[in-house]
Amino acid sequence: MTKTLLKALMTSAVVAVSATGITTGAASAAECIAPANPGGGWDFTCRQIGKIMFDIGAVDKPVQVTNMPGAGGGLAYGTVVNERGSDEDLIIAASSATTTRLAQNAYAGMTADQVRFVGAIGADPGIIAVAADSDIKDLGQLVDMVKADPGSVAFAGGSAVGGFDHMKPLMVLQKAGFTDITKVKYIGVDGGADAITQTVGGFTQAMTGDMSEVVSFLANGDIRVIAVLTDERVPGFDDIPTAKEQGFDVVAVNWRGLYVPKGISDAKFDEWAGKLQQVADSAEWAEAMKANGLAPFTKVGGDFQSYVDGLVADIATMSKELGVTQ
Amino acid sequence: METLANLALGFSVALSPYTLLLAVIGCFIGTIIGALPGLGPSNGVAILIPISFALGLDATAALVLMTAVYYGAMYGGRISSILLNIPGDEPALMTTLDGYPMAKKGEAGNALVLSGVASFVGALLATIGLILLAPVLARVAFLFGPAEYFALYLLAFCTLGGMASNNQAKSAIAACIGLGIAMIGVDSSSGLPRLTGGNLHLYDGVDFLVAIVGLFAIAELFFFIESHGKGSSIGVVLDKVTIPWKYIKQTFPTMLRASGVGFVAGVLPGAGASLGSFLAYMTEKSIAGEKGGFGTGAPRGIAAPEAGNNSAAGGALVPMLTLGVPGSGTTAVLLALLMTLNITPGPTLFRDNPDVVWGLIASLLIANVVLLVMNVPMVKIFVKILSVPAWVLLPGVTMISTTGIFALTGSYFDLLMLVGFGVLGYFLRKLDVPTVPVILGILLGGNMEDALRRAMTLSDGDPMYLFSSPIAVGFWVAAILGFVAPMFLRGILKKPEGHKD
Repeated sequence: MTKTLLKALMTSAVVAVSATGITTGAASAAECIAPANPGGGWDFTCRQIGKIMFDIGAVDKPVQVTNMPGAGGGLAYGTVVNERGSDEDLIIAASSATTTRLAQNAYAGMTADQVRFVGAIGADPGIIAVAADSDIKDLGQLVDMVKADPGSVAFAGGSAVGGFDHMKPLMVLQKAGFTDITKVKYIGVDGGADAITQTVGGFTQAMTGDMSEVVSFLANGDIRVIAVLTDERVPGFDDIPTAKEQGFDVVAVNWRGLYVPKGISDAKFDEWAGKLQQVADSAEWAEAMKANGLAPFTKVGGDFQSYVDGLVADIATMSKELGVTQ
Repeated sequence: METLANLALGFSVALSPYTLLLAVIGCFIGTIIGALPGLGPSNGVAILIPISFALGLDATAALVLMTAVYYGAMYGGRISSILLNIPGDEPALMTTLDGYPMAKKGEAGNALVLSGVASFVGALLATIGLILLAPVLARVAFLFGPAEYFALYLLAFCTLGGMASNNQAKSAIAACIGLGIAMIGVDSSSGLPRLTGGNLHLYDGVDFLVAIVGLFAIAELFFFIESHGKGSSIGVVLDKVTIPWKYIKQTFPTMLRASGVGFVAGVLPGAGASLGSFLAYMTEKSIAGEKGGFGTGAPRGIAAPEAGNNSAAGGALVPMLTLGVPGSGTTAVLLALLMTLNITPGPTLFRDNPDVVWGLIASLLIANVVLLVMNVPMVKIFVKILSVPAWVLLPGVTMISTTGIFALTGSYFDLLMLVGFGVLGYFLRKLDVPTVPVILGILLGGNMEDALRRAMTLSDGDPMYLFSSPIAVGFWVAAILGFVAPMFLRGILKKPEGHKD
């Protein structure tokens, strides 16, 4: 009977060991930290980029993916800054959410200059959508409604108040000269699909999110996307106008990219940038982007750092006005 | 007819020796994951996602494996609830209330078989519901806004008092402790952290599994130490394992009702399996009245939550597949799995990827049958675990669950919290305050608050918005009845005998 128990214990030990085995990579191979649970955007970034780097020969050994969820990426950020500040074999998945939280001081005092941003190689275009049967025809009309009576339009989005989805309509409204942004109604729900459900159900008037979140609903005719927040129309969605061409010069994309620890050598930084560029140029990445609704968006190396600095400054200003900065 | 043709397509995709083998392996792993406190279905599936990548499984094979693990975990959770009074995962919480007393009466085998059959009935009916009603039910989600969700959670809280304890006030205190703990973390309606003390580890709030393992397993360990191993409540009498046809027959209507309640709770995005098993249990308890003997090892008290949570698990797949809105933590992980397989669930999934949808449904049916067949003979093995002396068993379970918790985030902070919850659980039990409402407070409190805050944002703070739809008003009426009725009934009916550990 004890034998049975032993067996049970052994089995569970194996399960537990294999579970932790995933989270602790061998030291020699490069490691990619996804600061979230398996399955999310950051996890996707690590797995796809890591896999392609190995497939195209940019790295010798498969990249180990470590999931380190917590505090919206803050735990991983803290670990990199405090404990692995000069680890040359470490890359960490990042996105617009990373810079938004840094701008809002949501990583317990840590700042964007405590790591080095290597680059972004793909982006999920930001969108603003309404229910298919909504009276709202275009972005201009939506903006006018908010200007006339901010209480008449409620937005739903997949991020918390002050998150990137919340920022998107605010950026548009600011361009339109509406400055009283705290009056704009926004509810943060559990993901883009939930935001669509609330909008189709008539509880909110518009949803803000990413293109990849709405594709299926768009095909089913549940919603209409009234603006996409990119420089140019997105290939494959050519009938959706940009905010820019409707007179609101706002570009808000959820980029997917990487950062590395601050303390690595410039040569190593350039090496990672080169590898990332190789991935960006590969056919495999083009395929992965297409399958996941990402649009091309390549900014690698020094270019990217200045883009990130600009983003952080913009969002920090807006967040102060909203009162979400800690 | 079309449904049958689709189902045939599904089985043609899912039924091969290879996938059957995966289903059996998945069911086995899932049962163990579910049975181990500290590893719930969502972590189990999350842990296995990278493994399925490493094995290079294709979409169908990965889905079969994951759904087998998912359903397996829903089955497995009951085992430690019944045998150890420690819920294996959050949906199995309610099963401790009657399952453990029944095991103490010497009917551990009966309790396990009965709950296994109830799980099967719940899961089977939910899968049938999914097949027949998914496209229709998907529209239900559009009817639920913040006001409706708030009223639904309120209903759950209002019926809490009548549960678990003879003292409503103590249940209420316990629920409030849970609600308080649920407030920890980043407030989604302002983006600001609350009650975190600036500690990043607390930004995501308190994980239910940490609370469950702490309040049940660690607290049990403290009692064990205090009494030098004598006062432990572990150590139930063994019986011969036979199939308790009498109980199965007797509880069959219960299983059907509980499956219905659970399925509806599962279909609503954001409610999930825990609410399903809770509502199923409370419904049966109120139908049975004070004479039902709920809380003292009533067979119906085992059948209801198990049928309820398994059918909620199936129901939660409806919004996940048709809208891409996960109805529970585990479906959120399954959703992530589908997306990494380059399949985006949503309204067009049934049309564009019939092989995936029907393959999934077929694998659910396969997993369910495999689990029933596997679980009845396995009961003997599980029951034998009980003959292991408590001084080996209890530290063993604690060690495994601690490892499981550590594997969640890989941080020692959760382990400190685990001990903290153990201390809390110890004192609560000393004071005869039930711990189940604490967990439910943590589980449902955050959602209830979010719903209220969203409703207030949308209505500019007008409380009348909460009563703005017939659905919401219906829940309010039920909630008030659920809260008030026991007070009056209590005077009329005799108090039931409370069970003592």
